[in-house]
Amino acid sequence: MTLASNGTHPVLIEQDVVLARQLVRKLAQDCGMRLIDLTKLVTAVSELARNTVVYGGGGYMDWEIVERDLRSGVRLTFRDEGPGIPDIKLAMTDGWTSGGGLGLGLTGAKRLVDEFELDTAPGQGTRVTITRWS
Amino acid sequence: MATLHATTVQALQSNKLSLLTTWIESLEASGATRNVKEADLKQQANDFLNTLIAALEQGGSQNVNHENWAETRVLLEKLSHSRALVGQDSQQTASFIFALKGPLFALLQREYAEQPAQLAEQLWEISELLDALGMHTIRTFQKSRELVIKRQQEELLELSTPVVKLWDGVLALPMIGTLDSQRTQVVMESLLQRIVDTGAEIAIIDITGVPTVDTLVAQHLLKTVTAIRLMGADCIISGVRPQIAQTIVHLGLDLQGVVTKANLADALALSLKRLGVTVTKAV
Amino acid sequence: MERIPILQMGEFLLVTIQVDMHDQLALTLQDDLSERINRTSARGVLIDISALDMVDSFIGRMIGTISGLSRIMDAQTVLVGMQPAVAITLVELGMTLPGVATALNVERGMKLLRERVENS
Repeated sequence: MTLASNGTHPVLIEQDVVLARQLVRKLAQDCGMRLIDLTKLVTAVSELARNTVVYGGGGYMDWEIVERDLRSGVRLTFRDEGPGIPDIKLAMTDGWTSGGGLGLGLTGAKRLVDEFELDTAPGQGTRVTITRWS
Repeated sequence: MATLHATTVQALQSNKLSLLTTWIESLEASGATRNVKEADLKQQANDFLNTLIAALEQGGSQNVNHENWAETRVLLEKLSHSRALVGQDSQQTASFIFALKGPLFALLQREYAEQPAQLAEQLWEISELLDALGMHTIRTFQKSRELVIKRQQEELLELSTPVVKLWDGVLALPMIGTLDSQRTQVVMESLLQRIVDTGAEIAIIDITGVPTVDTLVAQHLLKTVTAIRLMGADCIISGVRPQIAQTIVHLGLDLQGVVTKANLADALALSLKRLGVTVTKAV
Repeated sequence: MERIPILQMGEFLLVTIQVDMHDQLALTLQDDLSERINRTSARGVLIDISALDMVDSFIGRMIGTISGLSRIMDAQTVLVGMQPAVAITLVELGMTLPGVATALNVERGMKLLRERVENS
């Protein structure tokens, strides 16, 4: 696997969620991603970036364009230094929410991407890495 | 690492024509020219020798990934792509480069007849270089082949999934054969797009020709029905076989809110009724 | 402050969302709409999202809430113009917007809205 390009985008306030969506849309377009896959990825970004702002107290989105075999894709890591998630199993249950949401953020985002990785512990912040191939 | 001597490059340059002739002869003998026009072959061989000599004259790196070799690489990429399109295999394509070895070695043997040590060194260098170029050709050939196969697969998928207009405002998708998850997805996406394009209010998915469905496919069907509703159109599923009905119930999938009809005719009748159209027999 | 405009056409309110909304903007729209329904005694609300290339769970929830709110205030809501990719994504996300009436475009939406108001 080779790395074509990468960067970091702040996800500190609500407006950054919109900017993160727009940045990822651009990246996915550059990869030649189909509209449907692109829409799924951008929606997942919206859910995860919102989590970073609302639950993580703000953080960053690392992005990279990845290539494997003949396919290229977008890999994103959302990281914050917030309280972390005490019960991962519970957080990955449809409809469960610690805040006022619908509880579709994490589970929904997972269904919208090809690869999903959650790394968190109480007091250690949260890192979610997702990849969508074109 | 030793490099190719200026003498070697000079020898290549001044013997280009005879090299070209013997190279093409050996290409033809090896059968690597099948489906390739003679004029094209001559052109390609000539272009390759030119870029090879040009790259060598720039001196420096013999690493074929170096920018001095960009032109040669592009030439070989185009060549292997066109070979892939005319249906040559990887061996025939790679022969284009490897068939040059014989004539080149013979040339070097004449040139360095009196200097065996130099001859061995130069033979080794030129051999390494041609191997690297040959490998590059095979790699890009493989890539081109995979692209051709991928495109054909996509074309097949689209061919096997026609969305037809049954009536003004009624689309039908007759599905035939075993559904896998990927095909279902492609079909459903094209159905949804056609609904937007035509403004059809009702879409009928007919699965009379589908022998069985698995969990994933059944779920895709249900998701499609929901997506069609979100877009503001209605969906009817027709031709559900007993085995499929059993599967769906067995899997505990919720078919609530999904309209099903025994066959396509019944589904069309229902659609017309919803559109307020009545059909009567003349006389 | 940035706001999504709400147009009034007789007893109907028309909202066309054309910008990539951040959460606060969506919440403001929700408040504005309920306030307008109340003030104008509107009987129907038409929300056109044909220009939206993404609807996430937050916007989805806003649409559901508007639909529920207006029903309590004796108005009908019809959502029109959802793009195929958006619809597929919403379903995959797990949001099926039960109880929200939908139509393909504004014209059909207005027709549906009139029918629903007549029957309510």
